[in-house]
Amino acid sequence: MKKIITITYLIFLLSIGGYQVKAAEKTDLLKIDWSFKGLFGKFDRGSLQRGYQVYSEVCAGCHSMKYLSYRNLSEKGGPEFSFEQAKAIAASFEVTDGPNADGEMFARAGKLSDKFIMPYENERAAQAANGGAYPPDMSVLAKARSGGADYLYSILLGYEAPPSGTILDEGVYYNKYMYGNNIKMAKPLEDGLVEYSDGTTASEEQMAKDVVTFLMWAAEPHLESRHQMGFKVIVYLIILTILVYFSMKKIWSRIESEV
Amino acid sequence: MSDHDYQPTSKLGKWFNDRLPLLTLSNHLSEYPTPKNLNYWWTFGGILTFCLIAQIVTGIALAMHYIADSDLAFASVEHIMRDVNYGWLIRYVHANGASMFFLAVYIHIFRALYYGSYKSPREVIWIIGMIIYLLMMMTAFMGYVLPWGQMSFWGATVITNLFSAVPFVGEGIVSWLWGGFAVDNPTLTRFYALHYLLPFLILGLVVLHIWALHVPGNNNPIGIDIKKPSKDTVPFHPYIVIKDGFALLMFIIVFAFFVFYSPNILGHADNYIEANPMVTPAHIVPEWYLLPFYAILRSVPDKLFGVIAMFASIFVLVILPWLDTSKIRSAVFRPLYRQFYWILFIDVLILGYMGAMPAEGLYLLVARVATAYYFIHFLIIMPILGRKEKTIPLPLSITEPIIGGSPDLANIIKKKSLN
Repeated sequence: MKKIITITYLIFLLSIGGYQVKAAEKTDLLKIDWSFKGLFGKFDRGSLQRGYQVYSEVCAGCHSMKYLSYRNLSEKGGPEFSFEQAKAIAASFEVTDGPNADGEMFARAGKLSDKFIMPYENERAAQAANGGAYPPDMSVLAKARSGGADYLYSILLGYEAPPSGTILDEGVYYNKYMYGNNIKMAKPLEDGLVEYSDGTTASEEQMAKDVVTFLMWAAEPHLESRHQMGFKVIVYLIILTILVYFSMKKIWSRIESEV
Repeated sequence: MSDHDYQPTSKLGKWFNDRLPLLTLSNHLSEYPTPKNLNYWWTFGGILTFCLIAQIVTGIALAMHYIADSDLAFASVEHIMRDVNYGWLIRYVHANGASMFFLAVYIHIFRALYYGSYKSPREVIWIIGMIIYLLMMMTAFMGYVLPWGQMSFWGATVITNLFSAVPFVGEGIVSWLWGGFAVDNPTLTRFYALHYLLPFLILGLVVLHIWALHVPGNNNPIGIDIKKPSKDTVPFHPYIVIKDGFALLMFIIVFAFFVFYSPNILGHADNYIEANPMVTPAHIVPEWYLLPFYAILRSVPDKLFGVIAMFASIFVLVILPWLDTSKIRSAVFRPLYRQFYWILFIDVLILGYMGAMPAEGLYLLVARVATAYYFIHFLIIMPILGRKEKTIPLPLSITEPIIGGSPDLANIIKKKSLN
């Protein structure tokens, strides 16, 4: 009986595996040891803060993040900027609000409750400014690509010279990990592109790692509490199951002795 | 059964019970004589009840925050994930709950196939079960549309388009389903309404399913009729309750691993991209639990016949009690059927795998062979096997073979048949 259960379970897992593999890319993705993987996976706070810096200085020019608010930056489990820092970050953006009592729209400094301001008015404007390609919203991007964080990391570092004989259209770049190898985003990262305030060397790999960590948090802001709660829930369930198992044995022993 | 003899002890209980015999019902449920040799495959009925209730409870909580509007649906799901207290937990339990529900229902169905639980006098239980299964698939499909991601939108487009295969009125049916000329807001709002309605129909059918079960009583691993109550049975409470509870806890541990540690592994990444009618995803794949049917659909070259084959694959299950001509229920006593059973099991897994692959080349060929075999199993093998197969003699009661010595039933029977 146990064997059948094990076999069935294995088959089930394999079939899920097969189902996932199908979607995986032909080229093996670059893989690094993400701090947020595993049973106790947590975000690296410093990496998240640096990641936000990379996002705001490099990505935010084209990519929106419309489901995030500035208040999220100071919330637990995130980059955990101090309340004052988050307030200052929000205030550094200009937000169009209104209409006021006169029916006019007006500009004001951003507040914690504001959503991240968008680089373009709308999707069409974004396309028009980027050669027809819409720079995807980054709020859930880390969950919206198979391969997740590894895929984003690979894309950021996957720019290389096209193989000889490849002709690229204007405004199209060659990327090893992109589906079809053609990408409309120019190589976004160069060594030393940003100057990290905590003194970390801003190598290309470091920036890619930081910004992908930030994107993972953006897509899954409750990841840390999910992992923590999951551990407690499962330990609790295992203890309860053991207790119920012995109760069951005790109750059934009445019957088995009769036979 | 001693239902009619039951008398509540308290005066108030008696007064109430004479007017509405709820206490008699609860007494019936707790005394219900259950075969004592039920194995763990029998615990999935209880597990499924848990799944249904968990889906309804989490679903109602989600409905309080979800907005069924093609412009707002995706954002409202993100609102649930980010800002609603424990919204992420509720949504992940609901989304993974659907997969766990189907995992359990497939085990439940394959258990019935192995032990012949669909045979007389349990045909009605089986047919109600099949209706529940159909409603589950509809509910799950419509639920998957609600987040209004790319796979929601394009899955809905592909599946509703199947009805265009109906001769003459096909196109009309499709735009009637859509409420327009494409999958759009009217489709979303009606799917939402139906997704909320169908689980309660399922709940009603589950009551009938259990009611129909309580007339003949449970089948059991050796598939013989048993006297009730007798030495072969135990009262449902506490014996089966605690055993079901134990199995349910094991199931919930697996469930919890999915929810807390890989909540998106059973879904498709594309569904985190908001629906866009202008961009078609590279591969449109249904959820894993629908893949075998998707494979059957695609393995038939003609659209209409593909749709017919897909529905027929469920219909052959509905009429299985009459296709299976064997009087012996349990596969334990049917050595040949046991082998065909496992071939069918593997065949369905192959179909599931092929459903996830592109329908071309070798994949398509294998899917076609597997589809053909699926129907051959039910329409040809089952009727013939029942007549030709040499079965192993049945024991007279559940206790008999155990008194004989080793508790390993199958071995004793094998030895007996050899002598």
